[in-house]
Amino acid sequence: MSTTLHGKQAVLAEMGQHPAVAALAADLAEAFQDARWDRDELTLTIAPRQIVAAGQSMKRAGYNFLEDVTAVDWFPATAPRFQVSYHLLSHSRKERIRLRVMLPASNPTVPTITSVWPSANYYEREVFDLFGITFEAHPNMRRILMPDDWTGHPLRKDYPVEGYR
Amino acid sequence: MSQWTATPILEAPVAEGAKDQTMVLNMGPQHPSTHGVLRLVLEIDGEVVVRLYPEIGYLHTGIEKTCESKFYHQVVPLTDRIDYLSPMHNNLCYCLAVEKLLELPIPEKAQWMRVLLSELTRLNSHLVWLGTHAMDIGALTVFLYTFREREEILRLFEYVAGQRMMTSYIRIGGLALEPPMDFLDRVQAFIRTFPEKIDEYSNLLTGNPIFMNRLQNVGHLSAEDAIALGVTGPPLRASGVDFDLRRDMPYTGYEKFQFQVPVSGRCDVWGRYEVRLQEMRESTKIIQQALDGMPEGAIKADAPKIVLPDREKMKTQMESLIHHFKIVTEGFTVPSGEVYQGIESSRGQMGYYVVSDGTAKPLRVHMRNPSFASLQALETMCRGRLLADVVAVIGSIDVVLGEIDR
Repeated sequence: MSTTLHGKQAVLAEMGQHPAVAALAADLAEAFQDARWDRDELTLTIAPRQIVAAGQSMKRAGYNFLEDVTAVDWFPATAPRFQVSYHLLSHSRKERIRLRVMLPASNPTVPTITSVWPSANYYEREVFDLFGITFEAHPNMRRILMPDDWTGHPLRKDYPVEGYR
Repeated sequence: MSQWTATPILEAPVAEGAKDQTMVLNMGPQHPSTHGVLRLVLEIDGEVVVRLYPEIGYLHTGIEKTCESKFYHQVVPLTDRIDYLSPMHNNLCYCLAVEKLLELPIPEKAQWMRVLLSELTRLNSHLVWLGTHAMDIGALTVFLYTFREREEILRLFEYVAGQRMMTSYIRIGGLALEPPMDFLDRVQAFIRTFPEKIDEYSNLLTGNPIFMNRLQNVGHLSAEDAIALGVTGPPLRASGVDFDLRRDMPYTGYEKFQFQVPVSGRCDVWGRYEVRLQEMRESTKIIQQALDGMPEGAIKADAPKIVLPDREKMKTQMESLIHHFKIVTEGFTVPSGEVYQGIESSRGQMGYYVVSDGTAKPLRVHMRNPSFASLQALETMCRGRLLADVVAVIGSIDVVLGEIDR
């Protein structure tokens, strides 16, 4: 079994030298809400309003490639209900980190990170389409996989998976 | 590092919005050179592309949603159907993610077999790419040659997994079945002659002036733009970025193999052609090493509550029968947590993000597919170029619509 570190304090104490942790603690101490080291993966929880600043900070720390943006619906939990996960990769350090923001059930919105990584364009559109999470100031916040006139967001846990009986 | 210059893709052009001298052209979704149901809306000025907008989603089947209502082991056959040209990569990536959640060690023979099958899959996918790419450009002959070898690989898959395309052979905890006794000999026979076949394709294409003119200095993509737009795999390496997950973040035992990562600084379609052709040669070497050093031993992890027992044991031992019944009817629970597992598929970095809430069904399975991300770079590569170049560029990023739409 690999070691597990739960909570910001534990991660700061054990992994304070890690470039991502150090950069975040130095640049955005207030926005750095939580951290976890589990199964050799580092997860850093960021305040939703600060995600763009966190992205820029991570980019300066060497995480130059945005690999993926996706979401998880923790229904029936309501506050917070949605989690948006950003997977960042460093080509030079050859490792990955995960940033995540937690969003409430009603009107989930988070600023777009297309200004930091243009590749977020498609990923964020997919999250919007399937989860109904809006990305503020996104250049093209429209459905991508489902038809334009579709109602509802299929990957939400309360989306019906059966028809009428 | 210099700043990227890529521009975001905005709305699709509409006929009324086009300027006086431009027109709007629909390409696809049934166009043969769009490799499936990709629809491109182009605004063209004469023959020059002014804007290009990909419309996707025609193949969306909601696989991610379906995964949430299946047991962990029932998800494996769904992963085949995402990318029908490299099913083993999808199987492998999903299984590695779940094994990471379970912290389940995999026997060495299973790992080596996974490497061998993964590289055969890469050959299979690259052969289809080469045949169709050359066909789009007008070199019809190559298609017949590459499909001859691809047929051999599919026969090997059928021999080992019982299925040609939807193999589902790599399972959580190892492999589905012990490979047939002469399977490795058959792979050896195939690999012995394969390098000559690559020379044969190369002879047909590499010096061909029509092919060279259509590919060279077409679809330029700088390294900064490639990284900014999420491009991975051969197109990224053809833009001069030396990064391959097999070498840089090894999984399933790739660290034990010696191979080169082909890189080209050309940044064009020709560079991507060269990189893929070279990758096929490197894959051949990896398969040869896997054949030479194939260890003895089990092909399934020793975890009776997770891995299905052998048929023989299930029929003769009460305990195995109980485990079999439990796994099939109730699945197995996975400790809660979230993992992201990336592998180098034929098209680039594939990633599976699996979230477990401690039950027998995944809370969320998300696939990061290389084609989906690479498609964003299409406009940057095509803008200001001729309409005919669009066909070459689509071929060079090797899109598979099944994995874009999922």
